Amino acid sequence: MSKQNRPEETGEGAPGDLDERLQQLKSRLEREDSKSQKQTEESSSGKMELAQGLKLGAEFVSGILVGAGLGYVIDGWLDSSPFGLIIFLLLGFAAGVMNVLRSIGAVEKPFEKPRGGSK
Amino acid sequence: MANDPIHQFQISKLAPLGEVGGVEFALTNSAVFMIATVAAVAAFLIFGSGSRSLVPGRWQSMTEMTYEFVAKTLRDAAGSEGMRFFPLVFSLFVFVLFANLFGMFPYFFTVTSHIIVTFALAMLVILTVVGYGFMRHGIGFLKLFVPSGIPGVLMPLVIAIEVISFLSRPISLSVRLFANMLAGHITLKVFAGFVTSLTAMGAVGIAGSILPLVMTVALTGLEFLVAFLQAYVFTVLTCMYLNDAVHPGH
Repeated sequence: MSKQNRPEETGEGAPGDLDERLQQLKSRLEREDSKSQKQTEESSSGKMELAQGLKLGAEFVSGILVGAGLGYVIDGWLDSSPFGLIIFLLLGFAAGVMNVLRSIGAVEKPFEKPRGGSK
Repeated sequence: MANDPIHQFQISKLAPLGEVGGVEFALTNSAVFMIATVAAVAAFLIFGSGSRSLVPGRWQSMTEMTYEFVAKTLRDAAGSEGMRFFPLVFSLFVFVLFANLFGMFPYFFTVTSHIIVTFALAMLVILTVVGYGFMRHGIGFLKLFVPSGIPGVLMPLVIAIEVISFLSRPISLSVRLFANMLAGHITLKVFAGFVTSLTAMGAVGIAGSILPLVMTVALTGLEFLVAFLQAYVFTVLTCMYLNDAVHPGH
């Protein structure tokens, strides 16, 4: 008798049990998931910020260097020393500031807007 | 000489390869380490993708993570159209990463601490951007330099600034990587040098040498982080510049 009873019992009780347990497992997994996700997000955002910081210095300096170099070359071509150097150094400064502002996202990339403004 | 912090960056000729047009060619220590880097990358990827099991082992998992990391970076920055540059971006990332990490071995040569190497890599990226941009969009690629919504009077000024800003990209890309690797290795060497010169001063020196020793250990950890981050930054910027080639003017 008891042998026959057992499968019946489990047959009735199992679906409810299983569903319940599955539900529990699901919610527990979700909790774990969100926890680990938050952790990875935190650690990766810290690294991304460090990467961002390392980027900025070179951006500014390179703008000035290229501006000065261009001015120097143009002076050599046009024999206009020192005006080319002065003008392009200032333009290079502006370009360096643009580089920095753009790489921290303070200035929108001009080419990411839809066309049709002034052209 | 053993204490000279710059000595580690000296290029030495290991085997002469003859002369081409008056320029001497030789196998240098830098070239040897570049070859070693490529060999290590190839070994890592071939070995890692060799088993192709459904449930990846450690090596396969690392290889797949590297692939997915670079693919995600590129897709986020340049869209799925940018994925055609995946081989280039992946090669650059893995080469820079392995070269940086190779530099962390004692007595190894750091390939990326020479600006000519990083500048060559940066020019490769920029020339790809310019070449592909003109091939794909023709003269329309120059819209990259013409922001929309600018009054006509300011146009020449803005275009000049944009052009300089574009030309500064290879410089900033190469200087950043080279300067970080160079400065990091020099700092490490200087602090490690303090330890040896202080210990030569007797008991007080030995007690005092603990501080630079701690610094050296801490800096080594930092250098590993920087080695990875610089490779990552190089890759991200490459992806952003390639995005300009794929969609200029948008």
